[in-house]
Order: sequence, then C-alpha cells, then structure tokens
Amino acid sequence: MSGKNNDGLKKGLGIKARRILAYIVLIIISFFCLFWFYILFINATRSNGELQAGFTLLPSTHAIDNWNNLLHGTLPIVQGMLNSLIIAGSSAVLSVYFSTMTAYAIHAYDFRLKKYIYPFILMIMMIPTQVTALGFVQLVSRMGLEDSFIPLICTTIAAPVTFFYMKQYMESTLPLALIEAARIDGSGEFRTFNHIVLPLMKPAIAVQAIFTFVSSWNNYFTPALILHDDNKKTLPILIAQLRAADWLKFDMGQVYMAIAFSIFPVIIVYLVLSRQIVQGVAVGSVKE
Amino acid sequence: MKKQRSRVSGYNKWGYIFLIPFTLAYVIFQLIPLVSTIYNSFFENYMSGLTQIGPTFVGLDNYVQLFEGGDIWIYAKNTMVLWIMCFIPQIILSLLLGAWFSDTRLRLRGSRFFKTVIYLPNLIMASAFAMLFFTLFSDGGPINSLLMQIGFIDTPYKFLSNTGSARGLIALMNCLMWFGNTTILLMAGMMGIDTNLFEAAEVDGATSTQVFYKITLPLLRPILVYVIITSLIGGLQLFDVPQILTNGTGDPMRSTMTLIMFLNKHLFSKNYGMAGALSVVLFIMTGILSLIVFKVTGNDKRKG
Repeated sequence: MSGKNNDGLKKGLGIKARRILAYIVLIIISFFCLFWFYILFINATRSNGELQAGFTLLPSTHAIDNWNNLLHGTLPIVQGMLNSLIIAGSSAVLSVYFSTMTAYAIHAYDFRLKKYIYPFILMIMMIPTQVTALGFVQLVSRMGLEDSFIPLICTTIAAPVTFFYMKQYMESTLPLALIEAARIDGSGEFRTFNHIVLPLMKPAIAVQAIFTFVSSWNNYFTPALILHDDNKKTLPILIAQLRAADWLKFDMGQVYMAIAFSIFPVIIVYLVLSRQIVQGVAVGSVKE
Repeated sequence: MKKQRSRVSGYNKWGYIFLIPFTLAYVIFQLIPLVSTIYNSFFENYMSGLTQIGPTFVGLDNYVQLFEGGDIWIYAKNTMVLWIMCFIPQIILSLLLGAWFSDTRLRLRGSRFFKTVIYLPNLIMASAFAMLFFTLFSDGGPINSLLMQIGFIDTPYKFLSNTGSARGLIALMNCLMWFGNTTILLMAGMMGIDTNLFEAAEVDGATSTQVFYKITLPLLRPILVYVIITSLIGGLQLFDVPQILTNGTGDPMRSTMTLIMFLNKHLFSKNYGMAGALSVVLFIMTGILSLIVFKVTGNDKRKG
C-alpha cells in the first residue's frame, strides 16, 4: 500500500520534473537551430573591418553597403536568384500539376497495367538522381540542352514522391462518386480533372508545391553539371564558386550577405507557411 | 451489359492518357539516363591530358579497377562514418522529442513553435549552410573569436584541418538539418498508437520510461525501420555539405570525401567509364535498401 502511494507521488513529481527537463532541452535545441542564422544576420550587417575585429551579438549598420558591394561585385547574384526562381517556380508548377494527374490516373481509373505501374512508381521512388547523373549529362549534351533550364525543369514532371503524396491525399478526399456525378453531367474527363479534381486538391498542391520549390531552389548537384555559363548559374552554384574563390581576399561582409541572400527568402516563406509545411511532412511521411 | 462494359473501359483509357506525361518524362530523363549509365560502365572512356581514350568495350574492367583501386573503400567508410555520427544523435533526439510532443500528460506549451524551429534547418540550402559553417568555423572566423573572447582557447582551433572536427561539423550540420524531419515522422507514428494502451499502462502504475520501452518503441518499429533505411539512403547521397565545406577536396587527408563526391569528381574529369561503374554500384546499394523499405511499408497499412 505504502509502496503504491510512494509510486504515485514519484510519478506526480516526475511529470513536473520531466516537463521542466523537456523545456530546457527544447530551448537548448532551438538555440542550436537558430544560432547560426542569427550570426549570419548579424554578420551580414557588419563591414569587413568590423568582422575582422571579432565576434559580437549586436547588428551593425553596413547592411546596405554590403548589399551594394555585392550587387556591383563579380558574382552575378541577382541573375542567379532569377535563374533559381525560374527553375524552382516552373518545377513546382509542372511537378505538382502532372503528379496530380498521374495520381488521378491511378486513383480514378481501372486499367490493365495499373497493378504493375503503381508498385513500379513506388519502387523507383527511392532511386537517387545522382546515380543516373552520368547518363543524364550525356543525354542533355547530345540534345544540345547544356546551359538550358529545360532538362532541369522537365525532369520534375516525373516526381514519384509528389505522386505518392497526391495519391494518399486523393484516397482520403476524392470520392469516386463525385467523378461519376461529373460524368453524368456530361463533363469530359480532362475537364473534370482540371475543374473539379484540382480545386479539391488545393491543400495538398500547396504543400507539395512548396516542397518541390524548396528542393529545386536548394539543388546543387545536377545544375552544377549542366549549367556552365555564368549568366545561367543558380544560387547554389554561385555559393560553391564563392567557396572556391580565394575567399581570404574577399570582403567578408559581402560573403555573409550572399549567403543570407540565398537562405533568407526560404526562411521567410517558411515562417509564413510553417503550419501547413509541418503538417504536410507528418501526413506525407515520405521524403528522402 | 456489353454496352455498359465498353463504356466503362472507354473511360478507363483515360487512365493511360493521364499517365503519358509522367511516363514520357520518366523514360526520357530517368530511364534512358539509367540505361546509358549502366552501358557506360562497361566502356573505357576518359580523357588523358588532351587525348580522348576510348570508348572501347572493356567488360567488367571498370568495376575491377574501381574495387582494386581501393579509394572506393576509403570513401565508403567515410560516408558510413559520417552517416553514423549524424544518425545516432539524430535518432536519440528525435525519439525523445517525439515522445515529449506526443505525450498528452506532459502537455507541453508552444510545441508548435518548437516544431517550427526544429524543422527550419531542413529547408535551408545545404550548400549555403555549409558555406556559412565554413566562414563561421574558419581559423579567423566568429566561432574562434568567440571561443577566444570567453577565454576557452588561446589560439584559433583549426576546425577544418582536423579529421575529428571536420567530420564532426559535417555530422552536426546534417543532424541539424534532418532531426526535425525525423522527429515529425516519429511523432506522427507515436500519435497513431492507441491511447488506451497508455491509459492502461498508467492504471497499472508504469513509469514513463517503462511506457516508452515496453509500448512506444515496439509499436513504433515499422516506422523506425523506415526512418533508418531512408536515412541510410539519404546518407549514401551525402554530397552538398562536405563538397562545399571542403571545396571538393575532402580534406583533411580525404577523410571527409564521400562516395557522391567521388562520383562528382569522375563526372567533372569526364572519366565516364569509372563514373558509370560507381553509379551502378550506388544504384545497386540504394536498390537493395529501397526494396527493404518497400517491404516494410508494404506491410504497414498506414503507409499503404
């Protein structure tokens, strides 16, 4: 009896102690997640001289100078951002639209090859793009598409991960009866897809569009193999170029500004849409 | 009867039509490259100075050369070491945080804020993140001056010239980038566990440690296996962070050179025979791992 009482008491204390422990650990972890970006922000506002002088937690006043120096420097950073935007934006649109279409084909229709195609797409889901990079580069150069965004954008039409997410989402939100009803009303199949299915898929489309955009925005391996012209390079390639340069002679304020310029747009978008993104990860459950 | 059947199959041809874009894009940009990568692996094809050698058919010579050269073993070992250094802290942290976030008795406040923060690094451009760490941890960088200002060290610590610290930085970055994702996956799995089980355990007087080891962990096994294997597949692809951090050299002493960095080197030097052989080896490795995932998730209804 007393043993049991004791146990209950320990558990009561345990909860409180565990809660405090949880908060402490969470705060430390959050600190480690944010610290680097905070220093980046601070350092992007400091001049080269100030940066050499040592470490500080307070922002300085040279953000605009650094920005101007970067704009007029050797790195075509604005062009890089535009290129990144074009590639990531078109990838997101194409990938989401056609993945939804693929998922719809599997979800809404019964055809003989379906039982082979669906497992096949799941099988190829995990194959990394790096292992086909050699053939990809050769193909692109044979097609005369080096320094072109087309191969980078069109690849994303076949996106098994996005497809899988869409398929899962359809199973829970798209009743086949609805499609039947549309048919009875005389709506063509393509029209049904564009005007009835796509609007219903909006939440899933938003989440996957963000993921596709971000992964394309961050992608370094494949674009670096294909884009060689300075005016075609994307931000990650420019960052790599910055690393390869004789960075000791660089104005460090500019370097930090360039990094901040590549990182902060994504952070801002994320902060605005964080709720949907975090939920999206949990629902999708499949991301490399 | 017959008429209706033909009408249904008339609709069903649209299944094929809607599959056309995916199939086309897949065949052109993934299947053909895959086949030609495999094809290349049987040919000697590289530049020696300015002379092009090959392409000549050499059978399995590239594979023999790849494995006898010995470099692949060093890089495979590096890749594994980096993955383990990143994965162990990551899974411990994720299990702990997942258990806390999904524990209804604990009732943590601000858990949405914390989830947002821990997932944030996953979306950061890996190359920019690596460049940031490179500048922060360089010999004259802010971290060294911070450590010197608080009197922790007297002379700058050369983070990038020591095997341990260079690998440690890469593991730290990857861990930061991926533990949030893992936490959310595990948490989703933990939320799926029948709460009656926890209540029954509570009635029986089980401590939270016991609940974790006897209920949560066993029921979480399918998701854990999934997380481990997909993380391993991701680990094999480790490239951006060490590539940028070490400028592609894999310094110090090639201790941070990964398999994909090796592949990247062959691709840039246009040694297509070796690049092909290495790609095929990586393809087989990820293929086996994917099959395991496929089996695991196939049995787990939740993943369909």
